[in-house]
Amino acid sequence: MKKIKVEKKLLSTNQQIADENRRLFKQKGIAVFNLLSSPGSGKTSLIEQTVSHLQGRLQAAVITGDLQTDRDAQRIARHQVFVKQITTGGACHLDASMVKKALPFFHIDELDLLLIENVGNLVCPAAYDLGEDAKLTIMSVPEGDDKPLKYPVMFRISKVLIINKVDLLPYTNFDMERAITFARQINPAIRVFETSCTTGAGLEDWFRWLEERVSRLSGVTEK
Amino acid sequence: MHEMSITTNLVELLNKYLQGRPGARVTTVNLKVGKLTAVEPDALTFCFQVLTEGTSIEGAQLQIELVPVRARCLQCQSCFEVEGFYFRCPRCSGKELETIAGDELDLVSLEIEEDEKDKG
Ligand SMILES: Nc1nc2c(ncn2[C@@H]2O[C@H](COP(=O)(O)OP(=O)(O)O)[C@@H](O)[C@H]2O)c(=O)[nH]1
Ligand SMILES: [Mg+2]
Ligand SMILES: [Zn+2]
Repeated sequence: MKKIKVEKKLLSTNQQIADENRRLFKQKGIAVFNLLSSPGSGKTSLIEQTVSHLQGRLQAAVITGDLQTDRDAQRIARHQVFVKQITTGGACHLDASMVKKALPFFHIDELDLLLIENVGNLVCPAAYDLGEDAKLTIMSVPEGDDKPLKYPVMFRISKVLIINKVDLLPYTNFDMERAITFARQINPAIRVFETSCTTGAGLEDWFRWLEERVSRLSGVTEK
Repeated sequence: MHEMSITTNLVELLNKYLQGRPGARVTTVNLKVGKLTAVEPDALTFCFQVLTEGTSIEGAQLQIELVPVRARCLQCQSCFEVEGFYFRCPRCSGKELETIAGDELDLVSLEIEEDEKDKG
């Protein structure tokens, strides 16, 4: 019997490509967000609201990962923004090489912001770095205020938490304070926004934070 | 199930180490999996069985060391195990913590048996 020492990361190939992506984004001054949630929490809705608000202020582009269809891409494309659809064909997460292959479809020199809608799933995408600046997790009111306890890893590794569908608060027993307490037990530094993509409530705060961050990363000043 | 693509990477890695060793059989594979990776050991084991069937890796023991989450408090410098994903320093209640263990997803080593008569 022979023992061979390896000491190698299982996802080292993905990590290499993610590092390349990150270097490129840095060099081009592009802020990149990896949007994560369960199916139906509001990733596409938040992207639609965000790109439509940024229209004429910042150059944004979107990558959407969908299991089978291009419905999300069509919804987003209505807002005159560059969108590239990645059909994962059943894969439960995006990986760094998928993102890399999508980049030639954009005028990358002109971009300020890239939003990546990951596959709707709060578990599988966790291990796959795409080269983003920050992961952003969305949970919505009907999913319950204990969502962070059920998916602690994703809440731990996200910089931003959006609690969406606050317009539905009157119809549920969702306790906002509890939800935020749970999230901060896992990740004390997580930035929380309470939004409704339907009524627009809370979106201003999110836009302001996002624009501030984009200008910090890209060096652009408000037009 | 992301364990399938992770295991695919594992098998590719193992095959690299088997290259140039005809007749070699993998008996044990040692992995380290941190609790911050959201990777299920049972799912890994299942995928490993499926993906290695009929290859020279078939039947190898997949030994998975689950690594607990550990953190260092940036305020008082103490190091401790984080239980139940409650990220708070037990000594000073500090919230600024650096994760120092628990995000491993590593192939540590493998054990192989080489057929004597195939050597030389
Ligand atoms: N009531 C309510 N519905 C919302 C809100 N945001 C999104 N939705 C609806 O929730 C459903 C799923 O949203 P979508 O953006 O497709 O979620 P995704 O699967 O995460 O991309 C759609 O029918 C949206 O119209 C919200 O703030 N309030
Ligand atoms: Mg969507
Ligand atoms: Zn401390």
